[in-house]
Amino acid sequence: MSEFLHALINYQFLQIALLAGILASIGCGVIGPYVVVKRITFIAGGIAHSVLGGMGVALFYGFDPLSGALVSAVLAAILIGWVRLNWRTGEDILIGALWAIGMAVGILFISRIPGYQADLISYLFGNILLVPPQELWFMAALDATLLLVVGLWHRQILAVVFDEEQALLRGLPVTFFYLLLLVLIALTVVLLIHVVGLILVLALLTLPAAIASQYVHSLIRMMLIASLLSITLTTLGLAMSYQPNLPPGPSIVLLTGLAYVLSSLFSRRRRSA
Amino acid sequence: MKEVIRIRDLSFGFGDLSVLEHIDLAVQEREFLGIVGPNAGGKSTLLKLILGLLEPARGGIEVLGKRPAAARHQIGYVPQYPGFARDFPITVRQVVELGLLGRRADRGLLGCLLPMRPNGEGRARVERALREVEIESLAARQIGCLSGGQLQRVLLARALVADPRILLLDEPTSNVDQRAENEIFDLLKTLNERMTILVVSHDIAFVSSYVNRVACINRTLLCHPTAEIDGDLIHELYGEHVSMVAHRH
Repeated sequence: MSEFLHALINYQFLQIALLAGILASIGCGVIGPYVVVKRITFIAGGIAHSVLGGMGVALFYGFDPLSGALVSAVLAAILIGWVRLNWRTGEDILIGALWAIGMAVGILFISRIPGYQADLISYLFGNILLVPPQELWFMAALDATLLLVVGLWHRQILAVVFDEEQALLRGLPVTFFYLLLLVLIALTVVLLIHVVGLILVLALLTLPAAIASQYVHSLIRMMLIASLLSITLTTLGLAMSYQPNLPPGPSIVLLTGLAYVLSSLFSRRRRSA
Repeated sequence: MKEVIRIRDLSFGFGDLSVLEHIDLAVQEREFLGIVGPNAGGKSTLLKLILGLLEPARGGIEVLGKRPAAARHQIGYVPQYPGFARDFPITVRQVVELGLLGRRADRGLLGCLLPMRPNGEGRARVERALREVEIESLAARQIGCLSGGQLQRVLLARALVADPRILLLDEPTSNVDQRAENEIFDLLKTLNERMTILVVSHDIAFVSSYVNRVACINRTLLCHPTAEIDGDLIHELYGEHVSMVAHRH
């Protein structure tokens, strides 16, 4: 750990990695509780995996891959949400199709670019150590957007997440707020790509919020605790992977998974005591 | 008496399956109407049509002189099954507050996009609704910690908080014990002094002692004053022998 702290003081790439972890943690801490209480992890997974298609196309045509990720994540979110609201029976098939087709498109496009394998692995499993400094601004802007939207419309989103039928009967535009929630999830997925990669996104999006739900019983408190927990776990994962030179993304996810298992055991014991 | 709901020659089905046929019904202001009938007879479907959640295949519905979707904000609805998970992290007070959203939505789409923190008037309404259904002491509790009867009262408070002119309840006492059932219907009787109530129930004998009129639905509809309910009528409605069990509450 002391070696990590020493390196943190001396190396800019580690400072950037730490900052990227904190920025990603704020996003997943704020949006993760909605995913957990609405039980839409599978939808979030569909959005996350379809992102590779957009990244591949953007890379192939010389655009910034994160812009491609952003566009494809938002499009996937709107498509899944629309089908879920209007065509309920086909929802799971569509998510599965977007999941697979998005990845296939991404891999095909990336395979046509020389040196693609390194890029592919870092998009799939993340590499927080390779975050370019200018992307911190992009991540901060995504965080600001998430916080602003949640700050403005938390009650409306809560109404839709809690009971869609009643929200509709009270006159709320349920389609708008449901699609907005999925778009927020899409933004969070993009935020997390550098940290844990799109395959492991689900872990950071759901597990810190799930741990928080074992101890607090309000969405706002869940958001606060999930954000702090996520910051702690990404920082610890980064530190623990540094010395043995392990990939940080999977290390962060393993640590988060371990925290979830231990917390679940502790929480179950606490309830039965 | 003013008419608040008018249904004309309404038919509805799910695909080829006909659920309601040629329904005609007029509900007057401050009427307490019991909707009874066998399972799958179309009782809940009729409520959803009145709420505008389903569109009739034929015929029409007017609620307060408007189409159902336009009158929704003046209707309180208590569903048979809550549309939320019981472990959702939310308190009783927050659930009731969510029932206030319609007051802003009433101002159109822009009203729905404005931040919605309950103001002083809103908070007073929430307290009044909690008091009316006698759950003030539960206000800070999580919904997952409530009994079936307590949860029904929370759903009722959520429906009442926006001051509806019409209250629709779908089997409000299906998951509660007999004492709670009596208490809830006594409360509905009081609420009926200021609003029209339509309640779906499977217990024809029990609701008959509270409502003014019974609408018997088994795909088609027959309305009767409660005094007319007898064994022959029930036999005709259900199409088979049904025992009448006298309730002594």
